[in-house]
Amino acid sequence: MDTYTILRQIADSWMLIAMFAFFVGVILFVLRPGSTKTYRDVADIPFRHEDKPAPKGGRPEEA
Amino acid sequence: MLNYIKLIALGLITLLAMIGASYARDLAYQVNALTVALVAAGMFLWTLRNTDEAVSYRDVSGEYMDGVVRAGVIATALWGVVGFLVGVTIAFQLAFPVLNFEWAQGYLNFGKLRPLHTSAVIFAFGGNALIATSFYVVQRTSAARLWGGNLAWFVFWGFQLVIVLAATGYILGATQSKEYAEPEWYVDWWLTIVWVAYLAVFMGTIVKRKEPHIYVANWFYLSFIITVAMLHLVNNLSIPVSIFGSKSVQVFSGVQDAMTQWWYGHNAVGFFLTAGFLGMMYYFVPKQAERPVFSYKLSIIHFWALIFIYIWAGPHHLHYTALPDWASTLGMVFSIVLWMPSWGGMINGLMTLSGAWDKLRTDPIIRMMVISVGFYGMSTFEGPMMSIRAVNSLSHYTDWTIGHVHSGALGWNGMITFGALYFLVPKLWNRERIYSLSLVSWHFWLATIGIILYAASMWVTGIMEGLMWREVDANGFLVNSFADTVAAKFPMYVVRGLGGVLFLLGAIIMCYNLYMTVKRSPAVEAKNHMVPAE
Repeated sequence: MDTYTILRQIADSWMLIAMFAFFVGVILFVLRPGSTKTYRDVADIPFRHEDKPAPKGGRPEEA
Repeated sequence: MLNYIKLIALGLITLLAMIGASYARDLAYQVNALTVALVAAGMFLWTLRNTDEAVSYRDVSGEYMDGVVRAGVIATALWGVVGFLVGVTIAFQLAFPVLNFEWAQGYLNFGKLRPLHTSAVIFAFGGNALIATSFYVVQRTSAARLWGGNLAWFVFWGFQLVIVLAATGYILGATQSKEYAEPEWYVDWWLTIVWVAYLAVFMGTIVKRKEPHIYVANWFYLSFIITVAMLHLVNNLSIPVSIFGSKSVQVFSGVQDAMTQWWYGHNAVGFFLTAGFLGMMYYFVPKQAERPVFSYKLSIIHFWALIFIYIWAGPHHLHYTALPDWASTLGMVFSIVLWMPSWGGMINGLMTLSGAWDKLRTDPIIRMMVISVGFYGMSTFEGPMMSIRAVNSLSHYTDWTIGHVHSGALGWNGMITFGALYFLVPKLWNRERIYSLSLVSWHFWLATIGIILYAASMWVTGIMEGLMWREVDANGFLVNSFADTVAAKFPMYVVRGLGGVLFLLGAIIMCYNLYMTVKRSPAVEAKNHMVPAE
């Protein structure tokens, strides 16, 4: 088989399944139990370090 | 020591560029080579003057690198005005062909200025906006200073050089005739270097972030940088005819070349003008509304859906061509599926204001951002509709396409950028607020009315000419000649030009307002000194 046919067959079967599975996986992962709390926290990222970077070392506190 | 290496490199570049200029096969190459020589020689002198001087080091790890963002903001505003001005010029050249002056034939006629306009607004205005805001946002959301020190400055100035080389090249006739990818091979190579540096700065900053989570805006910016790199490399596979000439030959030919071009072209829209600007939306809309994004879950799904689907939509540019039917059907189907993530994103942006809708009345900046998200929704509805083969048979090659592009570019990209600039300038120059809110209102209304005039006149003239082209009489003969449609379009062309004038006027008012903000607006009271040590 020539390269095109081989690649085309992979693309039409396993690759398609893999990408679709990844995509569905992302959606399921996002909707996982307990994610609401995590995402409520990370949605606040833009409001934390407006003026200067987090200080060196340790988890950053509110700036 | 480093300065000596720099001096050798800059000297060599100057020398090589001057050799290139003297052997040049064409004028565009010669002018571009001289530009490079001039820039390299200037940098050589500048480096020379700083060599062996005492350097004072200051610890800057405790502050953000905002100088390059300030430069980017200035460049965005200025290139914006230039790009809009060229746009208004060519709009009136179409309405009044006499404006294609005889003395400037071959240089300043519509055919030469048109790519100058598209590249100026997309890459110079949009590109600078993306680079500046991405540097601003990635620092704030990573709680880290930009990685790579002065590499960010290299990205900024390198990108300006790309713009200047491309623009002078277009006017003097260096183009590879690929829409939105006109620059010739050596500009492509230089852009590749600059882009890799951009990716390094952005990735480096994310890698050393202090926030455990990568904020969604950075995902959009990162996908924009990576995808544009990939598109740029594949679509610009070409072999220069001579190392001393601007002309190059594409590696692909025929329908493969066309498909590669529109895979590039549509994803330039999808990742440059959509993903990158969505990064802006996900940071600046929450900031200006002072509340977090409506649904963070939706924003993640928006991201993955958008990048998984957009990449397939390109073939809808090639309906009824030599491209196989299955490919153009695939492009059409994926374009329609794109409705979902696009509208998901629009809803997410708009609903961020839920509970703060009153701000629309008092804050013209948030109004600008909201109308931009509105235009995003509108043009991402219109685009898939136009990709349907039956609709496309009417709309393709007509001004409807131009209207669609401008409702997206002026409405969505333009307005969100203006909103971001109004947000950024007071922050970056440490001012309490913008100089005049009523001038922002003026800008808002001028721009909005301008876009409406533009889009409405292009709908009318596009559908009109589409219908005129396909009109046949009882015997099956075409009723209209092409010149008939051109004559019929005149009034709409004038209205379109006026819409452009209003939009340009708004941008000039913005520049004045931003300048006065820096000059006149009261500075933020310093909160840093006299604070007891923690």
